[in-house]
Parts: sequence; structure tokens; C-alpha cells
Amino acid sequence: MKNKYSIFSLIKNAFSYHENWEKAWKDPEPKKEYDAIIIGGGGHGLATAYYLAKKHNMKNIAVVEKGWIGGGNTGRNTTIIRSNYLWDASAGLYDHALKIWEGLSQELNYNVMFSQRGVMNLAHNLQDVRDLKRRTHANRLNGIDAVYLNTEEVKKFCPIINTSPDIRYPVLGGTLQKRAGTARHDAVAWGYARGADEMGVDIIQNCEVKGIKRNGDSVDGIETTKGFIKTSKIGVVAAGHSSVIANMAGLKLPLESKPLQALVSEPVKPIIDTVVMSNAVHAYVSQSDKGELVIGAGTDDYVSYSQKGSHDIVEGTLNAILELYPIFSRMRMLRQWGGIVDICPDASPIISKTSIKGLYFNCGWGTGGFKATPGSGDLFAHTIANDEPHKLNAAFNINRFVSGDLVDEHGAAAVAH
Amino acid sequence: MFIITCPFCGEREQSEFKAGGEAHIVRPKQPTELSDDEWAEYLFMRKNIKGIQFERWNHTHGCRKWFNMVRDTSNDEIKAIYKMGEKPPIE
Repeated sequence: MKNKYSIFSLIKNAFSYHENWEKAWKDPEPKKEYDAIIIGGGGHGLATAYYLAKKHNMKNIAVVEKGWIGGGNTGRNTTIIRSNYLWDASAGLYDHALKIWEGLSQELNYNVMFSQRGVMNLAHNLQDVRDLKRRTHANRLNGIDAVYLNTEEVKKFCPIINTSPDIRYPVLGGTLQKRAGTARHDAVAWGYARGADEMGVDIIQNCEVKGIKRNGDSVDGIETTKGFIKTSKIGVVAAGHSSVIANMAGLKLPLESKPLQALVSEPVKPIIDTVVMSNAVHAYVSQSDKGELVIGAGTDDYVSYSQKGSHDIVEGTLNAILELYPIFSRMRMLRQWGGIVDICPDASPIISKTSIKGLYFNCGWGTGGFKATPGSGDLFAHTIANDEPHKLNAAFNINRFVSGDLVDEHGAAAVAH
Repeated sequence: MFIITCPFCGEREQSEFKAGGEAHIVRPKQPTELSDDEWAEYLFMRKNIKGIQFERWNHTHGCRKWFNMVRDTSNDEIKAIYKMGEKPPIE
């Protein structure tokens, strides 16, 4: 049993100069065989292992990660959490996650710094206004909090926005989801890792998967840089590299992997206490607890695994940011980076069984997977443990690309993909 | 950001171009005969290769013509560029 984090443990450890804190997770070598293996030690993969152990009593499981946990897209995203999606299936999925976020720090005994500071989506033209009003109504019918704001109300909620009618894309209104917000991305990975480790899950870092061994129509194990590991159930949560793993098993997925960029400014005093997103001009911004502006740019349109994006994408985003927030005109950007996102043709994820028995995929989250981390892990664990999807992820099966029953969130999700 | 040599216009910045996805996906000759699985394969399934990929590009802010490219997607290095209808210069 791990020591519980509390004010008392903090005081106790202060006396030993914080040098004797228990390790949050072990660093084991792989065993010869597991009941299930999760490929990918990001937030989604660690959450999957956590819920497999906690809710489905599968303790003999491992998470294999080619780098270090949380070092991929979990550590590269802009940490925005919201559930104001248009379609019923998406609303169900993302609000399931949001409800888990609301109690996650307590459940994990790990402060994920979930901050419900609200997410505002701006409208810049008449079609935006119509779309956002429609989405607000759809959200409310699905029990998701959403309000439509006019220009004055937008200005009141976030006073630094330039609401002048004279700018190129004037602010005509917006929507607000008050339960939405941000969380500390690293803490999510670390919290789930600590929780999973406590229940006996092996978290194996620096272990790259090189092949998937099949025995006819079912899986037999994985070849890794640390040798062969036998298992009958494999859950792949490899984000941008999902197609690479699928190819090892002889599968093709409806995915394209593209660079998505983000950047942060130098830290400044508190200036923006919410998250503002703008679909039409593609700019979104929030402020981290350290004081940096966190800015998300768009994806490049070509397939790349290079974790580098194009400069013009960043330039376009910053143009829009400066038009909407003239106050930031002399701020300097501190860091810029890219992550590789796997995008489905309908911009919705896949949480599904495959044609190979014992092989499951959780992928296609594209540009917006972080917000779903707890829900995704919970539903994927259910799918792996029962070999059947939960009703909340039934619509996100891989066969929708054959049946045509797509969950088309391109543009419907309140942000451009 | 990388430089692309358009086969019609010469060297230009990548931002002048639009990527058109995987190349050499043949349009079905008998669309009415296709099963749902075959439609899914044609419309949605992609190799999405990490490594040497064959793809289509369009010089949208130039001559607006389509052409093919062979590119290493792991580091964005361009291996070859060839016109539509031509055989790939490398395997």
C-alpha cells in the first residue's frame, strides 16, 4: 500500500528535505506472460490499465512504452477539457470523461489540477452564429451545460478580447461551457501510473514494440526491444503511431498521422482566466498556472511523423491571436513544439475490437484526445475485459467505416480539425 | 517546413502546396459491383506509412497542377518528384 499524499505526508517529508518520498511507480523488467498488455504509456494507455485493474480485476497486466510515460501527446497538448460536442454519441463519450475529471484528483489521490475555468467558443460570421446556437441547443438536450453569449456578454466574460466591429473577423457572439476547463497534463499520466502501479500493473518504459505475433486469427504476444512477451489480449493506444502497430498485425486503419503544433509565451501575470477558442480564425488560448499563454495551432495537411510542423501554421495562428487580443502584440513566444495526431476521416475516435481476436484499438483521437483521457481509459478497459464495447463507445467501432454510420464531428465539434 | 520542387514551376516553399494524400489508389472500374468492405478500403483505409510514402500534391498557390512525390514521412525528406501518370522513379 502506497503512502497517501496529504498535508501530513507533506509536512513529514519536509523534515527529511523531501528526499525520502516513496517512488510513485516501480520500473520493472517485463515478465514472460501477462493477461493483457497495453501498448502506449500515455494518459489513455495508463488510464486503460488503471481501470482494467480497478473495475475489471485484471491485475496481471503491463503497459509498454517506447519512451517515457506521458512523453508523447499527453505531454504536448494544450490541456483543454470540454464536452460540448454536437452529436449524441460524442456528447455521451466526452461528457462521460468530463464527469470522471470532476472527481479524478480525489479518486487518484493525485492533484491533476483540474480547473473548471470555462471554455468559450467564438462566432465570427453568420454561419458560425447559427452553428453555435444549434450546438448549444443540442448540448442542452444531452444534459451538457451550454449557454450562448452575445458580443457584449463575450466581452464581459473575457475583457481582453477585441470586440470592435472593425476587425477582419468581428466577434458576433460565442458559446460558453462553464464546467469545461483545463488540467495538468503530466499529473494525469503520473496519477494514473501511480494508481495502476499500486494495483500491481507493470509499467515498462523504454520498451518499443517491434512486432505482433499472431496465432491464426488471434494474438499470441508482442516482440519488443526487451524480448518477446506472451499475452492473449493487446490494447493498442499508440496515438500517432497506431497505423505503425496496425501494420505489424497486418491491419489497415482509416487514419492519417499529421503534425499538430502548440506554443507557449513567456510567463506573465494573470490576464486570461478562461479558455477561448475560435474555429473560424483558428486561434485558441488559455493561461497556465505558471503564467504562460498556451496557444494551440492547427495541423499540417500532409502525413508526417517528424514531430515538426510548418512555420506558416504557427504564423497564421499568431496573426489571429493578435487580431483578437491586441494586448499580446509585444509578448514573446518561449517554446514551440509538435506532436503527431492520428486523424479519422470523420474526426471521431475508434475504441474498438478488430477482426483479430484479442487485438483492440483505441485511436483516431486526432487533435482532441486529452479531454477524453479518463473516459477513454474507462471505456477501452470495459471493451478489452468484456470483449464487447460499452454502450457509450459502441458507436465508435471500426466497422462504422464499412457500414457508413460515421460520427461526423468535422466542424461539428466546435473547433476546426 | 520544407522546399518542394514543383515539376512545372521549380523550387517553392511547402506552404504554396496542398497535400493530396496517398497516391496510386485506383478508382474502382465497376463501382456498382463493389462490396461495402471494398468501398471502405477505397474510401477510408490508408497505409499511413512511417517511412517512404508515395503521395499526391497540388501546387495550389502556383500552377495549380497535381503531381506525385516520394517522401520519407519520418523526417520529411523528399526522395523523388514525378508527374501524374508517370511510373514512380523508385520502388
